[in-house]
Amino acid sequence: MSDSAVALEHAREPFLQHHFSDAGQQADASKIGMWLFLVTEILLFGGLFVGYGIMQWLHPEAFQHAHHHLDRTLGFTNTIVLLLSSFTMVMAVHSARAGDRRKLILYLALTLAFAAVFLGIKYVEYSHKFHEGLLPGRFYSHAGDAVPGQFMFFSFYFMMTGLHGLHIVGGMAVIGWVLRRAVRGDFSSRYYTPVDLAGLYWHLVDMIWIYLFPLLYLIS
Amino acid sequence: MQPHGEHALGPRTYVKVLAALLAFTVITVAAAGVNFGSASVNVVIAMAIATTKASLVALYFMHLRHEKPMNTVIFLGGLFALGVFLILCFLDTGARELIRPPAVRPIASAAPR
Repeated sequence: MSDSAVALEHAREPFLQHHFSDAGQQADASKIGMWLFLVTEILLFGGLFVGYGIMQWLHPEAFQHAHHHLDRTLGFTNTIVLLLSSFTMVMAVHSARAGDRRKLILYLALTLAFAAVFLGIKYVEYSHKFHEGLLPGRFYSHAGDAVPGQFMFFSFYFMMTGLHGLHIVGGMAVIGWVLRRAVRGDFSSRYYTPVDLAGLYWHLVDMIWIYLFPLLYLIS
Repeated sequence: MQPHGEHALGPRTYVKVLAALLAFTVITVAAAGVNFGSASVNVVIAMAIATTKASLVALYFMHLRHEKPMNTVIFLGGLFALGVFLILCFLDTGARELIRPPAVRPIASAAPR
């Protein structure tokens, strides 16, 4: 791009930062940055998955017995809720790209609503576990176990779903901020990168649950 | 229009992908109830279904299918690193008893203090 064309684009597009030559390059760079971050998240949860896999392999009966305490219906419902939230999120990005501000706001709000439902169900699940003494590590106080060692499963359960839950909360904060910016009119079909990037993060959080659900709730 | 690559994607595609994801979720729950003989068959099936679902999310919801290849390269690189992590750890754990057979002892019956 010639110098005058570059200068023209920078003058025309207030969102275009000076160190990028055009909007396309800026958008590409932002995406790459987000994907690199997502890779670090995959390895963060990956470490926990590896630990879980090894411990389940070494203590199969304890893990078998322990996971029966989990409510499959609630887990299944939560999976559906997150898949729906991923759908509303991608529809939000689509609306942003089409320049439809009202739909963008609607879909972002729906995504937040689904996320809140997810957390609500998790709260119900956790309450039940606390009530029964099914707690992580040295706090485990459930009596009458046929097979010992089930505290190990719950250490992983709370660590993995807890960390995932924190990511949901963080995601809600980010989506809430993007929603505020959308209401303020910051986005257009020419610039909606924050919506796009928030979407990528949200889909990753959904992906992690797609693996958590069968491993924690279904394997027997 | 923000340069984004040619998108054949629209609401209809997203609805179809959502339908597939919901269907696979039902299938994976149903398959978990079936006894295939060995427990590892259930694990393999569950992981295969989960990977299919994750691929749909990555390809269509995260737009990898229609965007510049660099994003896919980065994502697959991350999966490769995770694969190395998993495989080497399992190989090591699996070989421990060969190298140093453990003294037989039961799991502690109470949570550690």
